[in-house]
Formats: sequence, C-alpha cells, structure tokens
Amino acid sequence: MSLLEVHDLKVAYGGIHALKGISLSVAQGELVALIGSNGAGKTTTLKALAGLLPYSGKAHYQNTSLLHRASHQRVLDGIALVPEGRGVFARMSVLENLQMGAYIRHDKEIAQDIERIYDLFPRLAERRSQLAGTLSGGEQQMVAMGRALMSRPTLLMLDEPSMGLAPLMVEKIFDTIRNISAQGVSILLVEQNAKLALEVAQRGYVLENGNITLEDSAANLLGSAAVQRAYLGS
Amino acid sequence: MLLALPFLTDELLGRGWVRILDFALLFIMLALGLNIVVGYAGLLDLGYVAFFAVGAYTYALLASPQLGLHLPFWIILPIGALIAGLFGALLGTPTLKLRGDYLAIVTLGFGEIIRIFLNNLNAPVNITNGAQGISQIDPISIADFYFSRSHEILGITFHSVHQHYYLFLALTLLVIFVSSRLQYSRIGRAWMAIREDEVAAAAMGINTRNIKLLAFVMGASFGGIAGGLFAGFQGFVSPESFSLMESIMILCMVVLGGMGNIGGVVLGGVLLVVLPEALRNGAGPAQQWLLGKTLIDPESLRLLFFGIALIAVMLWRPAGLWPSSTRRRELEAVDGVAQQEQDTVYDAKH
Repeated sequence: MSLLEVHDLKVAYGGIHALKGISLSVAQGELVALIGSNGAGKTTTLKALAGLLPYSGKAHYQNTSLLHRASHQRVLDGIALVPEGRGVFARMSVLENLQMGAYIRHDKEIAQDIERIYDLFPRLAERRSQLAGTLSGGEQQMVAMGRALMSRPTLLMLDEPSMGLAPLMVEKIFDTIRNISAQGVSILLVEQNAKLALEVAQRGYVLENGNITLEDSAANLLGSAAVQRAYLGS
Repeated sequence: MLLALPFLTDELLGRGWVRILDFALLFIMLALGLNIVVGYAGLLDLGYVAFFAVGAYTYALLASPQLGLHLPFWIILPIGALIAGLFGALLGTPTLKLRGDYLAIVTLGFGEIIRIFLNNLNAPVNITNGAQGISQIDPISIADFYFSRSHEILGITFHSVHQHYYLFLALTLLVIFVSSRLQYSRIGRAWMAIREDEVAAAAMGINTRNIKLLAFVMGASFGGIAGGLFAGFQGFVSPESFSLMESIMILCMVVLGGMGNIGGVVLGGVLLVVLPEALRNGAGPAQQWLLGKTLIDPESLRLLFFGIALIAVMLWRPAGLWPSSTRRRELEAVDGVAQQEQDTVYDAKH
C-alpha cells in the first residue's frame, strides 16, 4: 500500500468539473510529478488533498481516509502543502515564517530544525530578519518550502515551484527538491515545466482537462512522443 | 501622570473635560477590541459598534426599572462581555468564507440590524423601550461604593467623573495587557498568518475557522465590556448612540493610530475623542476673536477638520501615526526590493 492512494477523485466548482475522477498514488520516499497545462486541474488536485476543497472519491493517506480530516488535521497527519504563488506571510520576517511552519509542533527541536532549513537554503540565513514580502520570488519560494518542511512532513506537495522564477533560480530550487527527496521525504510535485519536473521525478502523471491521460516512469514520459509533442515543444 | 491627569484637567480645563477623558478611555477599549479583529486578524468589521450596543443594553436591561432587574455591576459586566461574545460568534459564523469588501458589507449590515432591533423591540413585548431608550440605569457600584457619588478620601474630594476615570483606566490597562499578551501568543501569530494569507495559514495546520471565530468573539467581548461601562456611566442608553458613524469612528481610531500596534491604537483613541471636543469648544471663540463673528458652525468645522486629518494621515503616514514595527519596516523596505531582485539574479549567476 502506498503512502498516498487517490482513487476516482472528483472536484467541481459550481457546475464546472475541474477533476473528473483521477487516480494516482505516491509511495513512501517517492518523488512523483503531476504535469499538465494551465487549467488542467493540477492545483485543484493539491488543494483537495490538502483539505482546502471539498471532493468526492477516495483519498487515503497511510491507509486511512482523508475524507473527514480538516486541512489543519492533515498537517498533523504529515501532509504539507507549498501553495501556488508561494503564499509567504509577507509582513512577517523569514524567521517568523519558518516558526509559523512549526505551528503544530510543541517539541524542543524547532530551533534546531530552523538551523537545518538555513543549511538547506543558506540564502535564508542571510535574510532571516527581513520581511518575507520584500524578498525576491526565488527567495520567497525558499521561504515557502522551508516553512512547509518545518512541520516535518512525510508528504510534501509542491505547487508550481518554478512559477515566475529566473531560470538560474529554478535550477537552484529543483536542486533543493532533489535534495529534500534524498532525505526521504515523499514529494508530489505539480509543474507546468514538464521537462524539469520529469527530470527530478521517478514517476509522473499527465493531467489534461481534469483527467489523467498518461501515467509512467518519468524517464518513459520524457521519451514519450505524446508528452514531447504536447509539453516539451519538440 | 495617568493618576494625576483627571485632577490636572479639572484644574486647567474644567470638569467637562474629565468627562471627555472618561469617554476617551471607553473608546480606547473599543478601539483595542476592534484592533483584534481588524489589526491582528485582518477582518474588516464595519459594524463593530453593535457589540458596544449589546454590552450597553445588557447592562441597561439587567440594572434598571425597565425589566425590574437590579443585578450588581461586577456580575453584569462579565455577562455583557459574554453576550457580546456570543453575538460576535453569531456574526462570525456565517461570514467565515467572506473576505475584504464582502465581509465589510455584511458586518455593516449586522451593525445596522442590531441598532434597528433595539429601536423596534418595544412591541409586542416592550424589551428595549424603542427609540426612547432606557433611562434610570443603576450607577456603577462595587459593594457600597457608588462611583456616581462624590467621596472624600485622604482629604481629597473625588467626584463622579474622577472615580469613573480610575475605574475605566484600570479596565483599559487590563484590556491593554490582554491585547499585548494575545499579540505575541500562539493565537496572535495564527491571526497574523490568516491576515497575511489564509490558504497558507491553513496549510500550516492552523484551524482557520476557529481562530477567525475567536477573533470575532474576543473583539466583541471587549466591546461588550466598554458598552456596559458606558451604560452605567451615562445612566441612559438609546439606539442612536450606536449608529454606523460610531463604527466608522472606532475604525478610524485603529487605522489612524496604527493598525495592529497597541500604542498606536491608544493614541488614535485619545486623539479622535479629544481633538473633536477641543475643536467644538475652541472653534467658536477662535472665530469670534479672529473675525468678530461665527462664520462657520463649529460642528461642521469639526467634520471638515476630521476629513482633512484623515486624508493627511493616509497621504503622509499610510501605516498610521504610530505604526507597528513590521508595518514600518515593510514601508521602508519597498524601495529596496528592486535592488534585491537584481542581487538575487546576480547571486544565482555566481
């Protein structure tokens, strides 16, 4: 049994069916990419899994249904979301953002974990007392990821980490994603940038108009003619 | 200084001004209550005066001939806070999903509903006595000490307004203490996270529903306490004291003073109570002295100055007269962002 098992997940906004019954899974320690174009339902999938949207169908995490788990309870369960557009707390310092990430924790290792985040993103250590809203896009992405890691998640869900970033910053962020994955955190990565996502992922799903149309190992997807044509522009 | 203030004012400006000081303290309590909702949690509430009204009417109904009840002050005040808190939950529950301007409109409507209810709850059963309001409210007393009667203590005569001043001051200090403890508590940080980004706050494991409700309830109960004190101090309440204009004034105290900063909110409360009164008393004579006649009615002059002051503060001190330290840092930092953006690209390249 996988860490996360999703079966026939449906989400509707009013009359519009954003997700028409998708199934996917993430195994313990796996890095899974969910790729697709704008409006395919990628963000909707993550929001539903984080408990921010009502859905029908089955979503099981560590073999228990998420159906009646509110969003804050899912964080306790070990699911962390880095929301689309990063969602840093703009009028809080970098350090305060990281501390907010540990909101659900009451242990004594929080300070130690903050140092660990600074090791992962040395940039944040330099900027620790700066207000998060005044950071560059890439730095804000680091804050959002570091903050999510502060809850010590088993499953990290990343929503478009490359969005709006300079290519060099994107490379840095994806290096870190690889790094986090290597530390044993399971990752569900949502990306428009299919090539980048499939390069770091082990498996991938292609989402189109609310349906999953392809599912394979990341290497196969990268080589597949359909993906090449639709997302890689060659 | 704070302790001597009523006597200094009495000596220099007259007893009427001590009464104004008492009102300033009441409004500081209100502004601090609203600051929890607007300043900490970022929920724009335009009907806050409703909770002031609920507290005042709770006191009026439980300690006046209206219902024939005469409960003691120290029992009514917590009841008033509790009932106002319940009304806070009543407003909070259906508006949980609303933000910004939508929330503002609903809260505005809520404030008016409460006022109109108070105005019309005199038939078929007379509860609030309608537009005439409730009079002969029992004065505030603790045991046999009546705040409305003069007392001579250690050879100093304390008049009603002096005694109320000390009572209100004590409660204001309590409200300040609670506010500041809340600000740096886990709950306070959760409020601020919701204010900054609600989705991200939920993703941090914050129970956004309960925490937002709590902001409404806490803010409302502060308003309820101030309302109870107001009723006991005035001896009379009527719906017209709780108009939309009052909600706006309290909001202005918070915004002008410095949203989210206790010191700023207190300053806002003092200024917006004292300055209009000073204008009211000073504008007429000043015109007489300068022009030989009263050209502009001091009352309309008051509103004119108020409008000018609002615009001036928003232009030159957009974060308020005494902003919270983060707001100040934020405004100072805006200029630095472009430079940093370049630095980041530079750093990424090297």
